[in-house]
Amino acid sequence: MEITGDIATIGYGLATIGPGIGMGILVGKTQEAVARQPELAGPLRINMFIGMALVEALGLIGLAAGFVF
Amino acid sequence: MLTSSTSAVVLAAEEGGGFHGPTLADFFPPAVLFEGTIFEFNRIALVRLIATAMLVLFFWLAARRVRLVPGRAQSMGELAVDFVRKGIAEESLGREIGRRYTPVLVVIFFGVLFMNITGIIPFLNIAGSSVIGLPLVFALLSYVTFIVAGVRAQGGGHFLKSQLFPPGVPWPIYLILTPIEFLSTFIIRPATLTVRLLANMLAGHLLLVLCFAATNYLFFEASSLGLNLAGIGTLAAGFAFTLFEIFVAVLQAYVFTVLTAVYIQLSVESH
Repeated sequence: MEITGDIATIGYGLATIGPGIGMGILVGKTQEAVARQPELAGPLRINMFIGMALVEALGLIGLAAGFVF
Repeated sequence: MLTSSTSAVVLAAEEGGGFHGPTLADFFPPAVLFEGTIFEFNRIALVRLIATAMLVLFFWLAARRVRLVPGRAQSMGELAVDFVRKGIAEESLGREIGRRYTPVLVVIFFGVLFMNITGIIPFLNIAGSSVIGLPLVFALLSYVTFIVAGVRAQGGGHFLKSQLFPPGVPWPIYLILTPIEFLSTFIIRPATLTVRLLANMLAGHLLLVLCFAATNYLFFEASSLGLNLAGIGTLAAGFAFTLFEIFVAVLQAYVFTVLTAVYIQLSVESH
């Protein structure tokens, strides 16, 4: 049996696992923290966005790499 | 949307084709004016012009006759600006610095929002930010803003020192940390701002075109009754994804603006 297609799609699919789990942990922990101390919701949300920018960068690099290579 | 995809499918049917899904060629429609030059004007440029005109109209109507007790249009404008000022600028930057950078953040938020939302507006149907030019321009605006903010607050040398050599780290670690920090701050930030917005809008458009083209094909072209009924499912999916796209449009504008505010805050804070 022969499978044809682009291996970059499989590569990108695998590359989304890491950032996906990372984002889930990030947002989940922020939820937990806000539930414990609702008055800190603002700063905690800002920290979540900082973390999100870094974690999502890996997913986006994976997406761009699929197009470049 | 249905008319354009119907006409596309009818043309294809005349060639004897089956289902034609969305492709990347959708994002590069034929030029209407000035073809071949850098001022090439196609459908997407028209959509961007319309979005800009609507944006300018909204804020002009809000700010036309400014009174202490606001009328309706001014209240809407104040609500809009306050959303960015209180919700984004003052939360990340504090009161004084937040006030200073509110204009840039308002421009970024509403610019990106109006460009994104054209993706679900009935006769426009494509987000102005789904081709790389526009996200790149907003990302460059954000890039210049946070660098200028840092240089203004700390002076050029101190700014680079605070970004590239974070304090509280034993000095041998700087050998690996500084290149990573340089890459992360000065190269990856604008790149990810661009690609995040672009990829979200691109994927959203492809999804919506897929749903509605599938509905069209299943209702009108497919042979069996079962497939025709499956068209109802794809139509419902089309509606659901349109609502989802509205959410994504607002969310991506919000995330872009919040990240810009956070980058400004990271540039401006002194240790």
